[in-house]
Amino acid sequence: MTPYVSLASYLVLFLLGGFIAVFAALVVGWLVRPNNPAEDKLEVYECGEPTIGSSWIQFDLRFYVVALLFVVFDVEVAFFFPWATVFGTARHLADPSVTEQSVRAALTAKLAGAPIEEVRPQAVPEGSTQEAISHEDAWTITALAVADLAVFFGVILLGFAYLWKRGDIEWVRSTLAEERTPEELVEELAAPEEEQPQLTLTGASSATSSSP
Amino acid sequence: MTVVWIVLKILVVTAFIQLAVAYLILLERKIAAYIQQRIGPNRAGWHGILQPIADGVKFLLKEDFVPESANKFLHALAPAIAMVTAVMAFAVVPFGPTDPSDPDAPQFVIAPGIDVGLLYIFSVSSLAVYAVILGGWASNNKYSFLGGLRSAAQVISYEIPLGLAVLGVILLARSLNLEQIVAAQADRVWFVFYQPLGFLIFLAAAFAETNRAPFDLPECEQELVGGYHTEYSGMKFALFFLGEYTHIITVSYLTAILFFGGWDLPFIVSADDRGFLAGLLKVLVLLVKAFCMIVFMMWVRWTLPRFRFDQLMRLAWKALIPLALLNLVLTAVLVHVARSFGLVDQFRVAVAYLWVIGAIVLVIAVGWLINASRRSAYGT
Repeated sequence: MTPYVSLASYLVLFLLGGFIAVFAALVVGWLVRPNNPAEDKLEVYECGEPTIGSSWIQFDLRFYVVALLFVVFDVEVAFFFPWATVFGTARHLADPSVTEQSVRAALTAKLAGAPIEEVRPQAVPEGSTQEAISHEDAWTITALAVADLAVFFGVILLGFAYLWKRGDIEWVRSTLAEERTPEELVEELAAPEEEQPQLTLTGASSATSSSP
Repeated sequence: MTVVWIVLKILVVTAFIQLAVAYLILLERKIAAYIQQRIGPNRAGWHGILQPIADGVKFLLKEDFVPESANKFLHALAPAIAMVTAVMAFAVVPFGPTDPSDPDAPQFVIAPGIDVGLLYIFSVSSLAVYAVILGGWASNNKYSFLGGLRSAAQVISYEIPLGLAVLGVILLARSLNLEQIVAAQADRVWFVFYQPLGFLIFLAAAFAETNRAPFDLPECEQELVGGYHTEYSGMKFALFFLGEYTHIITVSYLTAILFFGGWDLPFIVSADDRGFLAGLLKVLVLLVKAFCMIVFMMWVRWTLPRFRFDQLMRLAWKALIPLALLNLVLTAVLVHVARSFGLVDQFRVAVAYLWVIGAIVLVIAVGWLINASRRSAYGT
């Protein structure tokens, strides 16, 4: 059995066990609990006030923006996971102090994606001539991994800086944040009349209020 | 290993988790009581020892209300998802010593030798957000809906720093396999000493992921009644509750495994110890570590006030994510540099890391203070 097959079988068994446990609990509850329906019990509890309309309405767009940002960043994190293992392993292989053949063979197997049972040093037979990646090749892999990360990370950081600047990661986007301070207001009022045709307290031109 | 044996193991572990959860709730109530100078539950049995059983019976006998305007199917599905995903995540968490290369040794984990263990936990536990958002939406209650949306935004926002913080550990351990991560700490020092910043980020994000105070916005009773589970009663409510506490157990085990050396305890029990007694001792060591974490989480809940929602989002996106990215880059660079100089001595790496982190945190703190004093001039 390869680990992938066993992972799938464990998953199915566990999922089954979970659902059986849940439905057993619900069915037992259904059998023993009282059933005493009344019209009032069918109402939504909103602190005793009569409900006005459905709650399935448009909701705040900010939640949607957060979800979009999450997708981008979570995909990024998901890509980092395999990168971290490959980088760590390759860097270990490139270390000149790691010379033991069995260790190197195990690390090479791990880098190649071998199942976990085979990547232990003790799993490699004594005196085996199994090929291991040389220090130089491991060094090349490490350098490549660093370059990969630098590019990937650079793009992500650029995006993050842009989001920050645009104010998308700001939760409070009230007009209060855009209000002029008393000093600014005085300054503006002192300026010549024709340069400020519409003077409002809540200017909508600031960067923090930008919406897609 | 035969299927029967696997099923047996699943049943025993799951049943044990349910029992543990029931008593954790009692423990939480007791801790809350003592922190608030009360006595807590003491009617059912000696010092309330039978309270969980009484609660269970109550949950079963409680009438089940479903609002007429709710979506009945999703309303029933949501607590099931909460429970199933919480238990599923525990499948790869070792609760004792495991060694997949030695098939004769007892494997104290439901699914031993999973290469992608950590990735699996992240993917499964992030499914739990469906339970919250579906439960909130299906109830057709404005409070539930708002609670569900908030929870979704919170959980997905904190998942990013959580993943990034764990990446530092993966870089050091060179594996996603939880058993390997423990093995990597056995011959060295616990990762909390190499990753102090990563540990703090992980801790904060874990609190938010489990919807625990000070980040229990989804169910803040003062503004949202009961949050997403306002319209739930009886066994369905109990399933949400069980799922939440199972999540706490998983997170506590993960903390002990990732940052506190798992079942390794210097001078008492080492990775090389074999045999029945050593195995038992290791299970106990891990259990005690996880238990300390659980008590810590409860202690925090009854000590710190709740965050406001905008503070919560600001903490995630403007503090934790940049710090976690910094931690990742620093760890990668230090691992790389240390090996380039033949500096395999892990202690020196750790000390260098601590110095760099300390300097950066100091700069940030000073900048923050200056900014805060400037802001307070306008009273915002």
